[in-house]
Amino acid sequence: MSLLAVSDVTIRYGRLTAVREVAFTLAEGEILFITGPNGAGKSSLMRAIAGVTPPAGGRIDFGGAEITGRAPEDIARMGLSMVPEGRDVFGSLSIEENLIVGTGMHTRERGWRVRAASALEEVYDTFPILKERRHSQAGLLSGGQQQMLVIGRALMTNPRLIAIDEPSLGLAPNITDQVYERLIGLRRHRKLTLLIVEQSSTRAMMVGGRMILMRGGQILLDGDAQAMGQSEALQAAYFGYAEGEH
Amino acid sequence: MLQVLFDALSLGSLYALGALGIALIFGVMRLVNFAHGDVIAFAVFALLWPSVDAVAIVFAGKMPWFLLIPFILAVGAGLSVLSEVVVFRRFRHASPATMMIASFALGFVIRYFLLMLFSSRPKSISLLPALSQPVEVLGARMPLLQLITIVATLVMLTGLSVFVRRTRFGLEMRAAAENFTMARMLGVRANRVIMGAFALSGALAGAIAIILGSQTGTVDIQMGGAVMLMAFIATVIGGLGSLEGAVLAGFLIGAASVVMQTVLPPEARPFRDAFVYGAVILVLLFRPQGLIAARGTKERV
Repeated sequence: MSLLAVSDVTIRYGRLTAVREVAFTLAEGEILFITGPNGAGKSSLMRAIAGVTPPAGGRIDFGGAEITGRAPEDIARMGLSMVPEGRDVFGSLSIEENLIVGTGMHTRERGWRVRAASALEEVYDTFPILKERRHSQAGLLSGGQQQMLVIGRALMTNPRLIAIDEPSLGLAPNITDQVYERLIGLRRHRKLTLLIVEQSSTRAMMVGGRMILMRGGQILLDGDAQAMGQSEALQAAYFGYAEGEH
Repeated sequence: MLQVLFDALSLGSLYALGALGIALIFGVMRLVNFAHGDVIAFAVFALLWPSVDAVAIVFAGKMPWFLLIPFILAVGAGLSVLSEVVVFRRFRHASPATMMIASFALGFVIRYFLLMLFSSRPKSISLLPALSQPVEVLGARMPLLQLITIVATLVMLTGLSVFVRRTRFGLEMRAAAENFTMARMLGVRANRVIMGAFALSGALAGAIAIILGSQTGTVDIQMGGAVMLMAFIATVIGGLGSLEGAVLAGFLIGAASVVMQTVLPPEARPFRDAFVYGAVILVLLFRPQGLIAARGTKERV
């Protein structure tokens, strides 16, 4: 059974339709890239999945339960952790405080303190730079460090799925490499399911896995990222040629 | 000289507590709650039994202080939480301007409710009369109440600061104040944080009610308004949403009012507030974002 199922989701902002009847599923442990040019509706789709902007139509299921229109905090508590575009760190909070915010949902469970402490250690092991600077204000970190912080913060919620919107945005290529290295490592160690949005499909082809290509609010292609890289359909989708035009 | 300092501190205490009450709510939901002053008035009237007679029928006001204070704080907190659940929750996604207008409306509802029960005539009460005895501190004579006001405010501010910095609820509130959506995506419950902020803000209104009631010896349905106005100005000067800024600016405005009262020539004193507001304009010209800009309200890049 799939972990995440998006069925015929339509998202509107007033009279503008950002996403039109998009459907896909994501299996447990899978890595899925959603790529496409600016304005393809990728971020809108992510916001709908996280419960920030409820879709105008269709339904979304996570872990076998419907989450369409549920509150963001409920969806997060079910194990779907969203890392939105633009690295929303709590700039005036310390790094450690940023990380601890995400453990609040478990405070009713027995033994949560021990688990929270070990989760913190795990994040610090994955991103040693965060441990080094744990008491400094998160707003003072560099872009790459902030990206690591928001990924670490998502991990603190002990999620089944992490959805990340444009982790490479504004980062130098070598820093992006580092971020991806950690992400892939985390996926391997914790059997995490990853949903990653990127504007460029290059990264998806490098990492491998499944890729969905969106354009104009719809899914154009859905398949293996590396196989897609060989085909001409990809370029056509990006640059907007009609079939057989060139 | 010392007298001026104590006057400034005690007036500043009122403004700081009021400003903090407004800043707490603004921080989590971008609402400038103009009903705050009426919550203060309501808490003062909770001391009395409803009657339109000119003479106040003291009810809760007769309780010993260790019951009276928690009671009034609870009344303030209760009304504030109720206003969130009944009114503001429905405006959660509305624009700040809409919410502000709703808060004006709620303020009128509270005020006219009090008017109905108590009439508009100010009534005199003697609340905690033992506190009006003068005491001598460092050679300055002042009412015991003034000293208690200053000390109690400092204790409350310290307590609140520890609460906001050290507890999980405080952490969630700071995170929510900076980026509410992100906090929710990390599982922070929006309703809990907002209700907590309203409860704290209402309890602060209760504290102001006790201080005002015992300081002035009168109850009046208008009495929250004047404090509210100055407190609102303090939150703006302090940097909307910044708790430290609100407290700092509250004390500064209190100090400015008291200092101008002594420094201005006697014939200009009736216009003291005009000078205070003039100073406010000057501050905002040079620091439009407030003395301490809050993070969440800054333009995101």
